[in-house]
Amino acid sequence: MSSFVEIIHISTLIMIIIASFLAVVFKKLLPSVIALTVASLLLSLEFYILHAPDVAIAEAGIGAGLTMAIFIFAIRGTR
Amino acid sequence: MKEMSRIVKTVTNFVYGFIIIFGFYIIAHGHLTPGGGFQGGAVVGSAFALLLVSYGSLNSQKFLKKDILSLFEGFGLILFIVLGFSGLGITFFYNFLANSGGWFGNAAVIGVNPGNMNTGGVIPLMNIAVGLEVLSAFGVIVLTMASAAEFTKKKEKS
Repeated sequence: MSSFVEIIHISTLIMIIIASFLAVVFKKLLPSVIALTVASLLLSLEFYILHAPDVAIAEAGIGAGLTMAIFIFAIRGTR
Repeated sequence: MKEMSRIVKTVTNFVYGFIIIFGFYIIAHGHLTPGGGFQGGAVVGSAFALLLVSYGSLNSQKFLKKDILSLFEGFGLILFIVLGFSGLGITFFYNFLANSGGWFGNAAVIGVNPGNMNTGGVIPLMNIAVGLEVLSAFGVIVLTMASAAEFTKKKEKS
């Protein structure tokens, strides 16, 4: 059972690294913001695996919801 | 900022009520399950952000008003500090409602929590106060950011 949890752990961390790398690499602004949001959502899943559901709910609400909305407002303001 | 396409608006109409009800569920069960006032308020604030992104800032002025949200924010903060001061006969933030038999006054069972909503004393009321404050504060933040982006765009055009 613990090996199953460790496999999910390691694959989640690898996906966080890939999503953060994509957020730097993308040339357009909107796909970059979406990649950053995916990294934040996977970080919320990682908090849930580490037995901290309080922090996971707060991270999913603020990091994945409100930050993306504020970034989208800023991008639309520049256009 | 103009509104998004018809697909986004239809999905928003289906989903936003459920997100708001889930946020109030997290606030109301704050003393039994994971979560509390801040987390539930953040969930409801993300529902406001979804509405504002999909409908645009000009159309959503009809159902999200900044003055009413600011009033709710002040009301939540005043409720929290009044609850803190009203136990001042013994200590500051004293839990004067716990085990008293009245509102939220049943005795809590030691061990696994059986899901009795009527326990916790003053803690559920403080969760409701913090949740009201946080959801209206996030609504005010998102509305201010949207109107500031609109204002900047209008200023650069002229």
